[in-house]
Amino acid sequence: MTLTRTTLPNGLRVFLQEMHTAPLISQWLWFKTGSRDEAPGRTGASHWVEHMLFKGTPRFPGGLLDKAISRQGGYWNAMTYLDWTTYYETMPAAQIDLALELEADRFTNATFLPADVESERTVILSERQGNENSPLFKLDEAIQNAAYKNHGYHHEVIGHTADLQSMTRDDLYDHYRTHYVPANAVLALSGDFETGPLLERIRELYEPIPAAPEPPRPHRPEPEPEGEQRLTVEGPGETAFVHATYRAPHANDPDFHAHMVLDSLLTGPSNLNMFGGGISNKTSLLYQTLVDGEIAVSIAGGLQATLDPFLYTLHQTVHPARTPEEAIAALDEQIDAVQASAPSEAEVARAVKQARALFAYGSESISNQAFWLGFSEMLGGYEWFETYLDRLAAVTPADVQRAAQTWLAPHRRIIGTYIPDGRPLAEGEDE
Amino acid sequence: MSRPAIPGPQDITRVELPNGIVVLARANPFSPSVTISGGLMAGALNNPPDKLGLADFTASALMRGTQLRDMQAIYDTLESAGASLGFSAGTHTTGFHGKCLAEDLSMLLGLLAETLTQPAFPAAPVEKLRNQILTGLALRDDDTGDRAGMLFDELAYPDHPYSLPEEGQPWTVKAITRTDLAVFHAAHYGPRGLLLAVVGGVDPQVAAEAVAAALGNWTNPSQPEPPALPALGPHSAERRGRVPMPGKSQTDILLGAPGPARNDPQYVAAALANDVLGGFGMMGRIGESVREKAGLAYYAGSNLGGSLGPGPWSVSAGVHPKDEEQAIDLIKQEIRRLVTEPVSAEELADSQEAAIGRLPLSLETNGGVTGALLNMERHNLGLDYYQRYPEMMRAVTREDSLAAARQFLNPDALAIALAGPLEA
Repeated sequence: MTLTRTTLPNGLRVFLQEMHTAPLISQWLWFKTGSRDEAPGRTGASHWVEHMLFKGTPRFPGGLLDKAISRQGGYWNAMTYLDWTTYYETMPAAQIDLALELEADRFTNATFLPADVESERTVILSERQGNENSPLFKLDEAIQNAAYKNHGYHHEVIGHTADLQSMTRDDLYDHYRTHYVPANAVLALSGDFETGPLLERIRELYEPIPAAPEPPRPHRPEPEPEGEQRLTVEGPGETAFVHATYRAPHANDPDFHAHMVLDSLLTGPSNLNMFGGGISNKTSLLYQTLVDGEIAVSIAGGLQATLDPFLYTLHQTVHPARTPEEAIAALDEQIDAVQASAPSEAEVARAVKQARALFAYGSESISNQAFWLGFSEMLGGYEWFETYLDRLAAVTPADVQRAAQTWLAPHRRIIGTYIPDGRPLAEGEDE
Repeated sequence: MSRPAIPGPQDITRVELPNGIVVLARANPFSPSVTISGGLMAGALNNPPDKLGLADFTASALMRGTQLRDMQAIYDTLESAGASLGFSAGTHTTGFHGKCLAEDLSMLLGLLAETLTQPAFPAAPVEKLRNQILTGLALRDDDTGDRAGMLFDELAYPDHPYSLPEEGQPWTVKAITRTDLAVFHAAHYGPRGLLLAVVGGVDPQVAAEAVAAALGNWTNPSQPEPPALPALGPHSAERRGRVPMPGKSQTDILLGAPGPARNDPQYVAAALANDVLGGFGMMGRIGESVREKAGLAYYAGSNLGGSLGPGPWSVSAGVHPKDEEQAIDLIKQEIRRLVTEPVSAEELADSQEAAIGRLPLSLETNGGVTGALLNMERHNLGLDYYQRYPEMMRAVTREDSLAAARQFLNPDALAIALAGPLEA
């Protein structure tokens, strides 16, 4: 496996990881633009622009792209997140040129026809309405809105309905032209190729794209939280949820890895892979106390790797015989416990082994390998990925205790509760 | 290390143990981990009518304690190694799936054998599990997609076991006793018909021997034959129903009919017709019509669900309640077109080449290969199936796919289920 890193004269960074384990190549084009970069009134623009890039260019009109990729046995998709937007294709190795051409083409030539913008508007509103069918979406959106007054993390990636109804074609096109410039992008490929010829081809396709200034990112840091907030969301169903959400360290914070270990002890190991499954969490502290103790029927947590401090949420599905208040009280007892004493060396070592196994599972997939190349670059550099396991292994029990004291302090959190208004189904009845 | 080609007889180790278990193993020299996956012949078809959900409850309870270890010890062994193992019951079979680092394979196979053959169904953990299942059912009953799916099964499979919810209803799950679990396990679990695939950073011979050591002595002389399925009733008129779910924002629509079983001679032609209908590219003709042109839905596509029996051939879409009728009309137009005229030569070639071209990607991971091995064995497709696949796909004609669509889909006699905010 060899890794080549280079920057083209127009500022585009290129990462090529040659690996010949399967006859596949995965290409990812990343932009350092996500929902955090959107101003009020334009929330959801990054995600909508991502949709528009599937509508075609003069050279590859909408529909043709899609057929061409699929016909060659490829898979393609795109994702928009808080900090970034990415487009990817995983292709049989012999067919990669099509993916190279189309990605370079839509980098600058997407058409944004007004009729396509309008039909996509209703598609995205439909996507949002589908999300709203889920109680957890509504609860998490309310928490996210409450957690940030300044920072662009205050809205869901999909955007607010009012903005989705009012944004214009020119708003979207402006977002595209401003952010889709070489200096703001990273191209990462992994798989079954020869680096030399591939790099030549990439130069041919991308060097004609003119350099442009890297768009400034809004810098609106969120002040430290000043006290616990509580909120409730009501809606259909018969199950209550409690989400205890704490302002978390960002991916480059010195405490990030200690918090990853803490999360692993509390709720089981988080899986940062895009492809490759996780494992169960039945020996985690919160499963053993809250689920085994029949306060909750499930518990989950997850620390995400973000550029600025985002949110760490402990999710409880409340046991039908318990109240949300009981669930919060039981959680607090466990938080107090991890703040009061450090875990054992063995517990920390176990979390590290779990992380190593999850990495091994993720390494099977070439798409996942290429994902990591670009994703770590969004967080500040490939070293973030290369050193991840070592930095996890360097975490001490005292680090974990300190992380619990710092990051799970009550003033850092919002407790969100979903209160169901429903009744169990009448049909059949008990017995 | 040489790169493995498409799996075939030359690199698949297939061993039939004396007790009937079939082991399939293949090496992935680049992988530091191993995936195990398989299934046995017990499923929701074996549920008594008043105890729907029994097969699923039994499968979920296997890891809650064995004759040798309690739940805590089981999961401590597993999770300390960063490994996973889980069971779940489907309609015909109960499946299991696990992963571990290659160094931990004997631990994982040992746990598989212990939970599969010596579960204890301890009282307190079983009660906790019951409450978790009941909450899962409450969440299911609040999910528009799940509710549309359940109603669809009732409409498409009248008087057939496929009409029943595999995971049961709250009142049937409450009626299941601990003894029911033990009796179901004793009666229906056994080695005959059990398939187990092992793929990853392990020598296939060594893997097969390890499986033989772990499960080779298991017997169940009274293991029954799988139940026969009744014939499907005739489908002559449209059947439509609705689950009102006030407070929701969107309606889930599911429409279709029973499709071919996996070993039906028309399956491959139907699969290609389905790809044209609602799969290829951005969800085929239906994606083009409902999403791209009309802008009615974020998702609108079709699926062929046949396995050991005639699973549904269905189209699903999520739409605003005001757009329900328009979406149904557009989907029915596409189904009518599919059964009226052959797909174009270009469309057929697109779907054929896509199916063939996707193989390397679908076989990239250990999990992808275990799936392929089990598919070949369970449906008697032959271990050279994926090697013959390109030739077989390209042999399907436009007329074949028209005949398959006509065989299974009648646009005037579809089951149409809706679940969303509108009242009935």
